[in-house]
This record gives sequence, structure tokens and C-alpha cells, in this order.
Amino acid sequence: MTSIHKSYHVAKNDFIHAGEASIHVKNLLKSMNYNQDLVRRVAICGYEAEMNLVMHGGDGELSVDVNSERVILEVADRGPGILDIELAMQEGYSTAKEEYREMGFGAGMGLPNMKKNSDALKITSEPGQGTHVSMTFYNKG
Amino acid sequence: MKVKELVEKFGLKVAAGQTGLDKEIKGGYCGDLLSEVMGNAGVGCVWLTVQAHQNIVAVAVLREMAAIVITGGSTPAPETVDKANAEGIPVLTYPGSSFELSGRIYAEL
Repeated sequence: MTSIHKSYHVAKNDFIHAGEASIHVKNLLKSMNYNQDLVRRVAICGYEAEMNLVMHGGDGELSVDVNSERVILEVADRGPGILDIELAMQEGYSTAKEEYREMGFGAGMGLPNMKKNSDALKITSEPGQGTHVSMTFYNKG
Repeated sequence: MKVKELVEKFGLKVAAGQTGLDKEIKGGYCGDLLSEVMGNAGVGCVWLTVQAHQNIVAVAVLREMAAIVITGGSTPAPETVDKANAEGIPVLTYPGSSFELSGRIYAEL
């Protein structure tokens, strides 16, 4: 299988287009006949990462790199960064604004969902500079 | 059960996504926290929620749901209707609570 790389711009506060990058990625993987479990896991992680860019990240990019062995999903933003990554990983911890919580976001489940559904998760963040998240999903056939 | 049978049986109103009414319902899920639904709802489910904003459609598409039911008498935002029509995800409305409707659907699935 050839390697495919795609990148999507995700704009701050753009709730109108939020989720579209993840839907593109999901359709791409389905068209490449990846197994249902891998597609499901990438879809969940992609959506969580995309919503984090919309709500917290400032402008950012969501990119996917696919080959026959694995899918790598990366998000990079120029937002405020994460001060305490360990704290942010705790289920229930959220810094989302009240208006986002009323929409059903900000339950503090995004990063835990990403950890649970990826095979490897790496977060690097510099306060004031932005955040970079990389997730790997192995193709188990 | 198909989505259109669910509509008839429980007196639901079709607000959007007519083209998806032939989808088969394989289960149900209730929830208003989007991440929680995203992580736990099953493929082919009917999702009962009080959320009516446009972002529910992406969750339904990504989880390959059969339909969304907005309970509690809310109506979907115009953007929700447009997105659901574009994606072929039926958005249905029900005036009663999620609790009541889920009990009725559970007994029939």
C-alpha cells in the first residue's frame, strides 16, 4: 500500500465546520478498507482532537499519515498550550468555557478518550506557544 | 427496525435527513455529553439527546448512527438541519423526555 498524507486546517471557534476533518479522515480510511475497529478508534480520537483545536487551540492543523501498518494522527496548534499535561489527562478535568459546557463539551473526557482509543499518545506543549499531539494506531488486520 | 418504522410507531417528527429513513436501527443510546456519546455509543444506534446544535451531526456521522432523536420538545437549529440533510442523518423530534422514550424503544428493539 502506498503512503498517504493529508492535512486539514481547523479554525478557532469554527463550530460550523467542526468535525469535517475527522469525517474526511474516516471516509479516507474506509475507502482504503481498514478494519472497522481501527476506523472507529481514529474517528473518536480525530473528533476529540479537532474539537480541542476549535475550543482551545487557536488555529491549527489536523493531519493524517497512513500506510499499511499504521495510521498517525497529528494535531498542532498555536493556542495557549497546556500548563499541566498530567492534570489535563485526568478524566473530568476541563478548562472549557461555560458556553461550551452547555453544548455538551468540556466534560473532561477528550484527552482520556484519545488515550483510551489510540495505541500511542504523545503530547508536547509549551505555554503560550501551542500544543502538539501525536497519536498512532496500529493496523491489526 | 428501520428508522421510518420508529417514526411511525412512536409518533416522532422528522426534522431533517429524510434520505436516511431506511437505515436499520441496531440499538439505542442516551446522552448529552458529546465526548461520552462519541466514546460509547454503538454503530447503528438511535441517539436520544436534548442537544439540538449542529455539532451533534458530526458525532452521529462519525459513530455511524442510524438516527438522532432530540427529546424534550426542542427543535434542531437551522444549521443542524442543513448538515443532517447533507449527510443523510435523520433528525427526529419528540416532545417527551429521553427517559420515557428510551423505555418505550427499549421494549421494542
